Amino acid sequence: MNAWLQHLPVVPVIVPLTAGALMLFLPEARRLRAGLGILAVLMQLVTAVLLAYFTSDAASSIWPQGIGVYSIGKWPAPFGIVLVVDRLSALMLVLTATLALASLVYSLARWDRAGVNFHPLFQLLLMGLNGAFLTGDLFNLFVFVEVMLAASYGLLLHGSGATRVKAGLHYLVVNLVSSLMFLIGVALVYGVAGTLNMADLGPRVAALLPEDRGLFDIGATILGLAFLIKAAAWPLNFWLPSAYTAAAAPVAGVFALLTKVGVYAIIRVGSLLNESGVHGPFGSEWLFVAGIATIVFGIIGMLASQQLARLIAFAVIVSSGTLLAAVGLDADVMTAPALLYLVSSVLATGAFFMVTGMTERMRTHYFESSDQAPLPQVSYSAFGMEDSHDPLDVEDEVGIAIPAAMAFLGLAFVSCALLVAGLPPLSGFIAKFALLSAAVDIAPLNGVHSWVFMAAMLCTGLAALVALTRIGMRLFWSVVGRNTPRLRVIEAAPVAVLVLLCVGLTIAAEPVMAFLQAAADGLISPQTYIDAVLATDPETVADAGGA
Amino acid sequence: MEIVFALAIGVLVGSGVWLLLRPRTFQVTMGLALLSYAINLFIFATGRLAIDRAPILQAGGSTDPTQYADPVPQALVLTAIVISFATTALLLVVIIAARGLTGTDHVDGREGDG
Repeated sequence: MNAWLQHLPVVPVIVPLTAGALMLFLPEARRLRAGLGILAVLMQLVTAVLLAYFTSDAASSIWPQGIGVYSIGKWPAPFGIVLVVDRLSALMLVLTATLALASLVYSLARWDRAGVNFHPLFQLLLMGLNGAFLTGDLFNLFVFVEVMLAASYGLLLHGSGATRVKAGLHYLVVNLVSSLMFLIGVALVYGVAGTLNMADLGPRVAALLPEDRGLFDIGATILGLAFLIKAAAWPLNFWLPSAYTAAAAPVAGVFALLTKVGVYAIIRVGSLLNESGVHGPFGSEWLFVAGIATIVFGIIGMLASQQLARLIAFAVIVSSGTLLAAVGLDADVMTAPALLYLVSSVLATGAFFMVTGMTERMRTHYFESSDQAPLPQVSYSAFGMEDSHDPLDVEDEVGIAIPAAMAFLGLAFVSCALLVAGLPPLSGFIAKFALLSAAVDIAPLNGVHSWVFMAAMLCTGLAALVALTRIGMRLFWSVVGRNTPRLRVIEAAPVAVLVLLCVGLTIAAEPVMAFLQAAADGLISPQTYIDAVLATDPETVADAGGA
Repeated sequence: MEIVFALAIGVLVGSGVWLLLRPRTFQVTMGLALLSYAINLFIFATGRLAIDRAPILQAGGSTDPTQYADPVPQALVLTAIVISFATTALLLVVIIAARGLTGTDHVDGREGDG
């Protein structure tokens, strides 16, 4: 049993890869593909929850200190590639699988038929995400991020249309440039430090000669810039609003997580380099400034948005900015609240993007032709009626009309708005409160920075509230040109589940915070992580060679 | 040799960045291609430039590591070439689609002022 469990860390990579590859051999069988997709995501969710359980204190016997190391091909750590599960990785895996399940179920209502190969691309996106959160190797991180991005290009273009292709072109070029920068950074780091293993990097850098240090710092800075582009930090985020607005609703829902890969990379690499005192974008003054600038940019964007999807895209930017600023404060007490904020904001923006897909249908054709229309105007009929090309889907025409569709939409909108604005009683408030309270605690030490951070946090809440109230009023209370949309259960349920999860986060805030605090402790003192990775004796990793 | 190599990378990056900032999609593609060539050379150079040294140990040969080239950058460059090749192909598809849908090869999908 124990030998079997050793292979668990590689499952979140293998399962979506296998599922995605299998689907390519079934081009005609949409139902089979959908079933396979759901099955694969469910398996990932179970694996992720198991991993989170094994890394927690509840099962400390399996992995000492809650860090599981999987050496691929049985090569010992600094030479071979390792996958490492610690509490932060496990948390991100659970988040990925949860959001993915919701998006996938939502997409089954109609979106997966808007183009070919939605399901394989979706699985490959998950493979990239899971791998990026698991890997302990810098170049391997690049490869997984590329897998994720390549799939995201395809998903962004899913459904086609001029707007998507235009936004997709910009998204593609910007991300290609950031990937090239990532490569320069990795090459410089390897050239100077002689290792790509993230755990090995810290001690090696600490031992560098002073004359080599400059070159390493340049490499780390370029690497950090590549992460910041992915994390959508100002001024590297102009690609994001158009791309996320143009993406289909379930795709945008899962994209809410993509910027957090950049944030995760900054937190992870920053934590491992912290000991050696590396500056540049990792945990320094600049990161804080970039975070605050991102928040300000996001606030302005939110207030200026005329479209709900665009507003949420800016909310994603604000949440990235908040996380970057919180990391940039460089205080240990900020880490756990920042992680809670990450979880809460990803769930909220993901759910919100899916709500957008449904509210868009409330508009009639009235505004459809004009680009300047004040609100999301794509009518229900534009999507609802056109997908009847597929002769297999007879039951589709029927749909299950929820009588209280409007009530549900209103409730979902309000819940998501409360989450994004960080108002009580939902988890957005808890997360914001935790961040603010931590900022107050460190105010005597950090002085101005803390106060700027607190002011920015409060302003985002106010701005989000103003902007969302305005759009909500136009959306739900304007009588002209509205029709009651028909919702299907498989669309409504994922949104409801995501919102309920946020409610759950609020109620179970204490155990969740305990887990996050443990995850944060691992980041604050990365020595356990480094020791666990470097001490891996391939003989004790029972038969890991099969991978 | 180092200076020639460095100049080559510099020229490629310079041309690549200039082309990348041009408004036509084809120029952007060429710019990205040049940049990726430059970066592939750059990664290769992080293994130190050396002539006549194999990256793998030879049976019965010397076991002195200074007699061999570092294999890791060569492996990295191989991966990087494959990835940039694939993404460039994807970019070309998107560019052709954008040309078809917008009727122009301008990166913004409409002719600018200049």
